[in-house]
Amino acid sequence: MAVTQLIGARIQRREDPRLVTGHGRFTDDRSPRGCCVLQVVRSPHPHARIRSIDTARAAAHPDVLRVLTAADFRSVLHGAMPVTPSFVAEKRQVPERFPIATEEVVYQGEPVAVVVARDRAAAVDAAEWVVVDYEPLPAVVDPIAALDPAGPRAHAGAPDNVCWDVTYTGGDVAGAFADAELVVHGRIVQQRLAPTPIEGRVVVAEHDPYDERMTIWLGSQNPHFIRLFVSQALQMAETQVRVVSRDVGGGFGSKISPYPEDYLVPAAAKLVGRPVKWVETRTEAMAGTTHGRGQVFEADVAVRRDGTLLGMRLTQTLDVGAYCGTFGAFQAVAVYMAPGAYRWRGVEGRTIGVLTNRVPTDPYRGAGRPEGTHLVERMVDLVARELGMDQAEVRRRNFVTAFPFTNPFGFVYDSGNYHGSLDLALAAVDYPSLRRRQAEGRAAGRYLGIGLSTYVEICGFGPSAPTAGATGGIALVEGAQVRVFPTGSVAVYVGTHAHGQGHDTTFAQIVADTLGVPMEQVELHHGDTDEGTGFGYGTYGSRSLSVGGMAVRGASLLVREKARRLAAHLLEAAEADVLVERGRFAVRGSPASSRSFQEVALAAYGANLPSGMEQGLEAVHYFDPANFVWPFGAHVCVVEVDPDTGQVTIERYVAVDDCGTVINPMIVEGQVQGGIAQGIAQALFEEVVYDPDSGQLRTGTLLDYLVPTMSELPVPECSRQVTPSPTNELGVKGVGEAGTIAASVAVINAICDALQPLGIRHVDMPASPDRLWQQLQEVRRP
Amino acid sequence: MAERVRLTINGVAREDLVEPRTLLVHYIREVAGLTGTHVGCDTSQCGACTVLVDGDAVKSCTAFAVQADGATITTIEGLARDGELHPLQQAFWDEHGLQCGYCTPGFIMASVKLLADTPEPSDDEIRIGLEGNLCRCTGYVNILKAVRTASRRMTEAGGAPTGGAAAGSAAARTAG
Ligand code: FES
Ligand code: FES
Repeated sequence: MAVTQLIGARIQRREDPRLVTGHGRFTDDRSPRGCCVLQVVRSPHPHARIRSIDTARAAAHPDVLRVLTAADFRSVLHGAMPVTPSFVAEKRQVPERFPIATEEVVYQGEPVAVVVARDRAAAVDAAEWVVVDYEPLPAVVDPIAALDPAGPRAHAGAPDNVCWDVTYTGGDVAGAFADAELVVHGRIVQQRLAPTPIEGRVVVAEHDPYDERMTIWLGSQNPHFIRLFVSQALQMAETQVRVVSRDVGGGFGSKISPYPEDYLVPAAAKLVGRPVKWVETRTEAMAGTTHGRGQVFEADVAVRRDGTLLGMRLTQTLDVGAYCGTFGAFQAVAVYMAPGAYRWRGVEGRTIGVLTNRVPTDPYRGAGRPEGTHLVERMVDLVARELGMDQAEVRRRNFVTAFPFTNPFGFVYDSGNYHGSLDLALAAVDYPSLRRRQAEGRAAGRYLGIGLSTYVEICGFGPSAPTAGATGGIALVEGAQVRVFPTGSVAVYVGTHAHGQGHDTTFAQIVADTLGVPMEQVELHHGDTDEGTGFGYGTYGSRSLSVGGMAVRGASLLVREKARRLAAHLLEAAEADVLVERGRFAVRGSPASSRSFQEVALAAYGANLPSGMEQGLEAVHYFDPANFVWPFGAHVCVVEVDPDTGQVTIERYVAVDDCGTVINPMIVEGQVQGGIAQGIAQALFEEVVYDPDSGQLRTGTLLDYLVPTMSELPVPECSRQVTPSPTNELGVKGVGEAGTIAASVAVINAICDALQPLGIRHVDMPASPDRLWQQLQEVRRP
Repeated sequence: MAERVRLTINGVAREDLVEPRTLLVHYIREVAGLTGTHVGCDTSQCGACTVLVDGDAVKSCTAFAVQADGATITTIEGLARDGELHPLQQAFWDEHGLQCGYCTPGFIMASVKLLADTPEPSDDEIRIGLEGNLCRCTGYVNILKAVRTASRRMTEAGGAPTGGAAAGSAAARTAG
C-alpha cells in the first residue's frame, strides 16, 4: 500500500462549503431558458378501469401548451419499464408497465395524464380540469389476503397475484429438524416504509432536435442506468442521451430505479418542443415514490436444549406492489441473509412476491438485509427466552468463528470477528451490571430491556459473475478514469454517485495518497454520463468504496506506474530503482536525484519519452471484486418501557461496527449515526398505512408519516473494530447501510426483553405507545 | 392580478410583481433566484425552506410572497460576510453536520434564530428549538454538535454572530 497520510484521516468534506452557503446544485435549482412546468394527473383510486379522459377544458387554458395521455406518449416511448431478475430470476408473472396508465390504474398515484404549461399555477389549475371517468374495481390491499384465490386480482384478468414463489434450500434442513430438541416459531411483520429523502424527485429535460440530443437532469443514485433505460424507451442511442445528477438530497434506495416521470418528462420535452420540468411534491412522493420493506415472515427454528442452532425454515411474503419494482426482487436477499452470523446445518427459505394495489416496493436502505437480520436476531432471542438462556450466550455459542466461511446458501463471508465486536459492545454497557439493574428494577415495577443485534451484511455489489445475471446483463463492477494534466492537476471520474456519502472527499483521499500529491490537486467528478467511463454503476448496497473506491485506486496505480517508468527514463535510472515517496520519484540510494510529480506530468506531454511510451498521463480502470464484502458488528440498545402508557425511552444505544479499513472516520461515523436513526425510526415511528377497506393511502404527508425529529432520537455511542477485508487491497468494506440493518431489531429485542416478565413474547413495528398499550391491555386481561 | 412587493433580501432592496398566491419560497427561489432555500414538503413539517423574516425564523413555504411586503429577509446566501462563513456554517462544516446538505440551509437559518434568542442553549433547548426541521441523513447527532460548537465559539467571540443577520434583522424589527 502507498504511504498513507490521508487514508484513515478525519478530513473535512470538500462538498460542504457550497452546501452550507446555499450554493448546492440540486436539480430544481436550474431551469433551461423557456422551461415549462409539467403536472401529473394521478389516479385517486387504488384500482379502476379508465372509461375516458376528457382533456378539452384543460387544453383550452391559455397558458397550457399540451395535455398528454398514454396515446400521445406511445408515439415516443417504446417498450415496458424494466424489471431486473435481482435475487429472483424465476418470476411467474411480471405485469407490463408503461410509464402512464392506458386502460387500467393499479395504484393510487399512478399517472393518467400530464399537463404541460407555461408556469406552475397554470399547470396545477389545468390538471384539476382534466376529467377522468373511472370505474372503480376491487382492490388488493393486503399481501396475505392477496394470496386468497377467491379474492380480487391486482390486475384485472390475472390468474392470481403471485409475482414469484421460490424456495431456496441450503444444507441439511431435514436432518436439522429431525435432530431438534425444540422448535421455536416466530411471525415477524416488516411494515411498509417510505424512504423519504428530504429532496423529492425532480426531472428536467431538454431536447435538441438539430443535434438529436436529449439532456435529462434528475436526482439519481445511478445516472448511467437511467440513461440506458430511458434512451432505449426513446429509441435514441445512448450517445444521444445525457443524464446529469448533481447534488442530490438523499436517496436511501428510492432513487435507483427509473420512475414513470423519468420517461414522461423527456418524452413531453420532445412532444412539446420546449424544455420541461417536473417537481415532485411531498404528497406525490408519499404515494408515488417506491416504498421499502412490506414483508411478513413466518419462521421455525430447530435447536438443541443447550442453545445450539440447527436449522431454520422461513417464508417471506413480500408486498411487491402493483408492478414489480425494477430492483424489487432484491429484497428477497432477506432469505439468503437469514442465517446471519451463525452456523446452521441447514436453512430453507421460501420467498413469495405478491402483487397488491399499492405503489411498488423497491430497495430502501439495507433492502432485504435489515429484514433478514431482524428475523434471525429476533429468532435467536426467542430461542434464548424459551430455553431460559442469556441472549448473549446463545449468540456466542453459535457464532461463525473461522473465515472465510461459506453460509448455507453458498455465500462466502470474507472476514469477521463476531465475538470481538460483541465483547466490545457488552463491555461498553457493562452488561452484567445492566442485568443486575434490570432485575432490581423489575422487582420495583420498572421495565428495563436490553436488546442485542449482532449483524452481518452482504454488500459491495459486484462481483461480475453473479451480478450480471441479476441485472439482466450488466455486471456490477465499477469504472474510474484518472487524468493528469501537464501542470500535474488530477481529474478523477467515477461511475458511483454521492448523495450525502462524501465520496468527493473519500476518493480524493485515496487518489492523493496513491499518487502522493496534495488532496487539493485532485478533483472528483461524478453524476454526468457525458464524462468519464462508458458506463457507471451507481451507488447502492454500500458498494461505492469497496468497488468504486477500488476502481479509483486501480486507475491511480496505473497512472503512478506510468509516471514511475517515465521518471526512471528522465532520471536515467533502472525502473526498479525508482521509488515513489510523497509525490516525488527518487532513485534508490541517491535521494538527491528526483523528479516531482508535476515535472513528470509535464514531461508526459513532451517529446522525451522512453521508446514505446505514448504521450499523456491518464488511465481507466474497471474494478471487478472477487467477492462481496461482509461488514458486521454488535449493537446494544437499552430501553425502559412505561407499562402504563406503552412509552419507550431509549436510555443508551451502543454500536460497535466493523467495516474493515476506514478511509475517513468522520464520514463513517456519520453514516452509522444516520443509519441507526432510520433503523430506530422503523422500530418506533414510521409506517405507511393504507386503509384496509378502501385501499386509500392514509399516511400521505409528513403529518401522518412520522419521520423522527431531533427530539425523538438518542445520541448513539459509536465505536469501531477493524477487521480488514481480504477481498480488496485496501481492506475496505461498506458502511452506508450497517446502522439501519442493525438498529431496528436491537430496539425491538430491547422492548421484548423489557416486557418479558409481563408475558409479552413479541412486538411488531412500529412499537408505538398505542400498539404497546394495546398489547399490555391484552396480557393483563384476566 | 399581480401585486407589487417591495422587500429587502440579504441587504438588497427589490421590487417585483407577484401573483397573490405565489409562496414566499417560490418567490425567493424563482424570482429572486436564491436557490439555497429548499422545499421538502407541502405541509410545513420539514423546515428546509426556513429563512429569517424580520429576524424571525419563518417557513417560507407557509407564507405568501405578498405577506413579506416591506420585510427584511435573510436567506442562507446572506449569512457569510466578506467570504467568511457564519459561525454556524463553519460549525456545520467542522462537525460534519450535513450529508446530502438539502436540509442544511433550513437548519442553519433556524439555528441562527435559536442562538439569537438563546446564545447558550442546553441540548434539550437545541432539540426543541430545531424540532421543526427534518434531516433524513445525519440522525441529528452532528447537527446538535454543530449548534453547540457554534454557540461556544460565538459566546467566546463576544456574543453577536459575525454574519450580522440577527443583528441586522433586529434593527429591521425596531424600524418596522
Ligand atoms: S418546505 Fe417548508 S416546511 Fe417543508
Ligand atoms: S443532510 Fe440530508 S437531509 Fe439533512
